[in-house]
Amino acid sequence: MTTGSLTAGRTRFRLPKRQIPVLATLVLLLVMYGIGVSQYTAFSNVQVIFNVFIDNGFLLVVAVGMTFVILTGGIDLSVGSVVAMTAMVSAALLKDGMPAALVLVIALLIGPTLGLLMGCAIHFFEIQPFIVTLAGMFFARGMCTFISGASIPITDGFWTSMSQERIGDPQGNFVSISVLIAFVVVAVAAYVLAYTRLGRNVYAIGGNPQSALLMGLPLGRTRIAVYTISGLCSAIGGILLSFYTLSGAPLIAVGMELDVIAAVVIGGTVLTGGAGYIFGTVLGVLVLGVIQTLITFDGSLNSWWTKIVIGSLLFAFILLQRLIGIRYK
Amino acid sequence: MNDTMGRYRTVIGHRLFWPAAVLVVMLAANTIYRPGFLSIELKDGHLYGTPIDILRLSAPLILVALGMTLVISTGGIDLSVGSLCAISGAIACMYISKQPDQNSLGVVLTALAMALGVSLVLGAWNGVLVAVIGIQPIIATLILMVAGRGLAQLITEGQIITINSEPYRAIGLGHMLTLPLAIFIALAAALLVAAFTRRTALGMIIESVGGNAEASRLAGIRSGRIVFLVYVLSAGCAAIAGFMMTANVSSADGNAAGLWVELDAILAVVIGGTSLAGGRFFLSGTIIGALIIQTLTTTVYAMDISPQTSLLFKAVVVIAVCLIQAPAFRARFARRRRNAPPPATIADKPKEQVPA
Repeated sequence: MTTGSLTAGRTRFRLPKRQIPVLATLVLLLVMYGIGVSQYTAFSNVQVIFNVFIDNGFLLVVAVGMTFVILTGGIDLSVGSVVAMTAMVSAALLKDGMPAALVLVIALLIGPTLGLLMGCAIHFFEIQPFIVTLAGMFFARGMCTFISGASIPITDGFWTSMSQERIGDPQGNFVSISVLIAFVVVAVAAYVLAYTRLGRNVYAIGGNPQSALLMGLPLGRTRIAVYTISGLCSAIGGILLSFYTLSGAPLIAVGMELDVIAAVVIGGTVLTGGAGYIFGTVLGVLVLGVIQTLITFDGSLNSWWTKIVIGSLLFAFILLQRLIGIRYK
Repeated sequence: MNDTMGRYRTVIGHRLFWPAAVLVVMLAANTIYRPGFLSIELKDGHLYGTPIDILRLSAPLILVALGMTLVISTGGIDLSVGSLCAISGAIACMYISKQPDQNSLGVVLTALAMALGVSLVLGAWNGVLVAVIGIQPIIATLILMVAGRGLAQLITEGQIITINSEPYRAIGLGHMLTLPLAIFIALAAALLVAAFTRRTALGMIIESVGGNAEASRLAGIRSGRIVFLVYVLSAGCAAIAGFMMTANVSSADGNAAGLWVELDAILAVVIGGTSLAGGRFFLSGTIIGALIIQTLTTTVYAMDISPQTSLLFKAVVVIAVCLIQAPAFRARFARRRRNAPPPATIADKPKEQVPA
C-alpha cells in the first residue's frame, strides 16, 4: 500500500477511501454523544467528556503503542499484563521506600525491555508475534502475582499529588495530569508516524514487508522498534493506571488487550497493517469510553452489554473496511 | 558411528521428539520432586492418581485444541472458543436449572442438543465471516470472543447458575471402565477427527487450502466450504469442552468458564508442531501439547505455587518449545560455530511459500 501523503493531494474532490473508516468512527462518536445529550440532561456537561478522558487516559496511551504494532501487521497481546506489571512494580518499590524518581525510571524501563526482547524473538527467530507476545503476556502476569498476591496501596507523596492534582477552569471542570500526559504521548506518536523516517518505515512494512525489504528499508530495526514502543506505551499506561487507582493489583487490566485492539480497529486501523492513523485510535478509545458512560448513565443496562456492543461495533467497522475495499490478506 | 549419528539425527529431527521430550522431562521432574506422582490406585472400581487427573483435566483442552488444529491448518485462527465454551455451558445449565426433574436423562440430552446447536450456529457465523465475507480470521473470531462473553453473561443474567443433575455431572466426573468418562469423550473426538482427516482426503484438502486457498480453488477444491466447515467443527468441539468444564463444577459462570482456553489451545497446537501459517497439521502433536500444558498446570498446583504465578512457567515453556522448533533458531544454533552472518529473512512469509 502506498503512504497516506501520496493519495492526499490527488483526491481533493473525492472522499479518500482510506479515511472513510476514521470519518465513520467520528460520525459514530458524534451520534453516540448526540444520543447521550438528548436522553440525559447531565450528559451535555463538559465534565462528562473530561471524565471519559480521565477514565481512559491509560487506555489511550496503550492503544497508541498498539497502533504502531498493528500498523506493521503485527499484534501485541502482552499490553494488559505489562500495564499491570508496571503498576505492581512501582507499588512494590514505593512500599520499600525507594524514591519516586528512581521508581519512575525503573518502571518505565521494564516495559520497553520486555518489548525489545519480544521484538528480537519475533524478528530473529521468526516466531509469530501472536505466540511471542502471548508468552510475554503470561510472563508479565505471572510476575505480578510473583511480586505480591494481594493489591499493594501506594501512599507516596509524588503519586498522590499526581493523582489528586486537578487542572481546570473556574467553573469546576477539570482534567487530571494523566490526561495531559496521554495527550503528549498521542502528539509525539502522531508526529513520529506522520513526519519521521521511522513512521514511514512502519507504514511501508505494514503494506508489504517484502517490498519494504527490497527497497532497503531497515525491516528488523523497525519491527523491533515498534514492539519496544508498544512496551514503552504500556509502561506509561501502567504508571498512569497507578496514578488513577493509587495501587498495584495483580489482576488489574485483565483482558485489556482486547479493549485496546478493539479501540484500534474501531479507529480505522487495518489489522493486516499499512493503513491507519493515531487520530483514529483516539476516536476509537473515545467511542469505547462513551459507550461505558452511556451504559452508566442508563443504569438499567448491565455491564455485559458493553461487551456485546463493542463486539457489534467491531463487526460493523470490519464490514465497513471490507466494503470500501481495503485490502485484506 | 555414522549410522548411529544418522539414527540419532532422525530421532532428534522427528517432529514429535521435542514435545514428547518436554513432557517426559516434566513427568520425571515431578516424580523426583514427589515420588508418589506416578502412582495410580484402584478405589471403588475407579482408577485414581495424578496421571489420571491430568488426563481427565486435559480432556476439554484436547477437544478445543483438536478443532483449533484444523482451523489453524487452514491458515486461520479461532479466538472465540473460550467464549463458546462459556455460552454452551451457560445454555445447558440454564435449561437444566429451569426443569423440575434435573436428573432426567431426557432433560440433559435436550439441554446438550440445544447448547450444541447454538454453538454450531455461532461457529457457522464465524465461518461465514471468514469464508464468505473474507474477513481476516483473527478479527472475525475476535468479534465473537468479545461479544460472546457478554452473551454468556446475558444468558446466565450475570449469575453463576448451579445445577444438581447427575447425568450432566457425569460428563465431567463420571467413570466408564474404571477411567473417567471425559477421557473417552476426548479420545473418541480425537479418533473421529483423525479418521476423517487422515483416512479420507479431507485432511489433505484442508492442508492444501491452508497452503494456498486460491490455488486449491483453481484445482477444484471448494476452499470456502472447507474453511466454513473447520470453524463449525471448532465451535462444536468448544461446545463439548464447555459441557465438561461446567459439569466439572456443576455450575455455569459466564465470566470464568473457558477463560484463556483459546490461548492454551493455540499453545497446544503450536507446541505440537502445527505452524500458525497453515498448510500442515499434526493431531498427535496437538494432543501431546495439550498434555504438556495440563501437566504444567498440575505440577504448579502440586508445588503450592499460586495459579497466577504458574503463568511464569507457562511463558518459559512456550518460549523454549517455540525457539527449539523455530527453523531460524535451529539454523542459528547449528551455524554458531562457523559464525555465519544472520540470514536476512522475513518473519511472516507470504502464503505461497508455505509447503502444502
